[in-house]
Amino acid sequence: MIKTDILIIGAGPTGLFAVFEAGLLQLKCHLIDALPQPGGQCSEIYPKKPIYDIPGFPEILAGDLVDNLMEQIRPFQPTFTLGERANTIEKLDDGTFVVTTNKGTKHHAPIVAIAGGLGSFEPRKPLINNIGNYEDKGVSYFIKDPEIYRDKKVLIAGGGDSALDWSIFLADVASEVTLVHRRNQFRGALDSVEKVQSLKNLGRINLITPAEVVDLKGDGKLEAVVIQKSGDAEEEIVQEVDEFIPLFGLSPKLGPIANWGLEIEKNAIKVDTFDYQTNIPGIYAIGDVNTYPGKLKLILCGFHEATLMCQSAYQRIFPDKKYVMKYTTVGGVSGFDGTKREAPKAVVKAIE
Amino acid sequence: MSDIKIKIKDREGVVHEVDAPTDMNMNLMEVVRSYELAPEGTIGVCGGMAMCASCQCYVESDHTLPEMSDDEDAMLAEAFHVQDNSRLGCQIQMTEEMEGLEVTLAPES
Repeated sequence: MIKTDILIIGAGPTGLFAVFEAGLLQLKCHLIDALPQPGGQCSEIYPKKPIYDIPGFPEILAGDLVDNLMEQIRPFQPTFTLGERANTIEKLDDGTFVVTTNKGTKHHAPIVAIAGGLGSFEPRKPLINNIGNYEDKGVSYFIKDPEIYRDKKVLIAGGGDSALDWSIFLADVASEVTLVHRRNQFRGALDSVEKVQSLKNLGRINLITPAEVVDLKGDGKLEAVVIQKSGDAEEEIVQEVDEFIPLFGLSPKLGPIANWGLEIEKNAIKVDTFDYQTNIPGIYAIGDVNTYPGKLKLILCGFHEATLMCQSAYQRIFPDKKYVMKYTTVGGVSGFDGTKREAPKAVVKAIE
Repeated sequence: MSDIKIKIKDREGVVHEVDAPTDMNMNLMEVVRSYELAPEGTIGVCGGMAMCASCQCYVESDHTLPEMSDDEDAMLAEAFHVQDNSRLGCQIQMTEEMEGLEVTLAPES
């Protein structure tokens, strides 16, 4: 069981900044995120895109903002459960919470802050009627352990970076790699596209374009796929495969959080703007995942919400303690790792 | 600058004739959101960067549309329910040339 003061669900910019504000109050944070890396949408969707409305930054790339936030919160030693989705929440008799992920990891905290953005990123599944029957029986939407593809016949569908990169990687592992895409053109880093081209020329990757996988066959497990080739050479190909990996990107879904008994409106969690608490005391929602009159889904608003949430969380954990907010310029930043950052002391010296 | 009228068929098949301003730097996805013709969180997920296809629509009228960027083209190549007249709403700016535009929102995927 992982224990912490504030359990943050979602490691996007809002969740990350909450670690800093909590740290100033000597509260420890643990973050859960369905993605394998922190940063949320900033890392997953648009790391190379500039943002122009972060106060104090005329222009900053989304990926750099995440790097900066990670650096800023480092002294407060946040811990992470990555690549897992928060599934269930249980309120204990003492008012604290246990949150369990889809992989069974349990987290215990007096405060839960949902900073889930638009939800957890789920793979976009191709529209093949019987695909559900073969999930984990030859069909997977993520590659967790490449070794399971050793000496197998693998078919990858998709036209983006991950389809290209995994085709290249698995060409050395699998006995046979086929890449199917609806177009002849691929969208990816230039060297990935060139590498796939050269592997195709060497006969190591079997490229089928423009084409789509339209049906799956097999008794109890995947044995073959039906590929519909379009364009000038229209035909239907039945290809024997052991593994089918559709890679069509990810889309965010609110997911299990929607069933936690929280008030939901317009796919977002309703909060009180006093402290961004939800209808369940002790559970807060900050950033894009919440809604209230006048809500704007901006990173800068998420930062503000995270700050007020932490103050309220502190009061909730220590109802009897007197506290006033202290400026970092005055109080400095004392990390849990023993580091201390503070304003340099002025020199008092006579000028003669 | 003045408003233009466009027709948007939502995902339930209901046609809405709406006024769209041409002086607010708005695109079709944002018009749909401003009239709440699709639930929040199911359209414009990436915010309008041609990176998610949640605003895919089928252009039913014969307007001359702005040429597709490589980003939009590549995104549509990976999206589902794509037809010959598919476009991303976030890439269609509301200009006077779009007067009378008719579109159908693609299903959510």
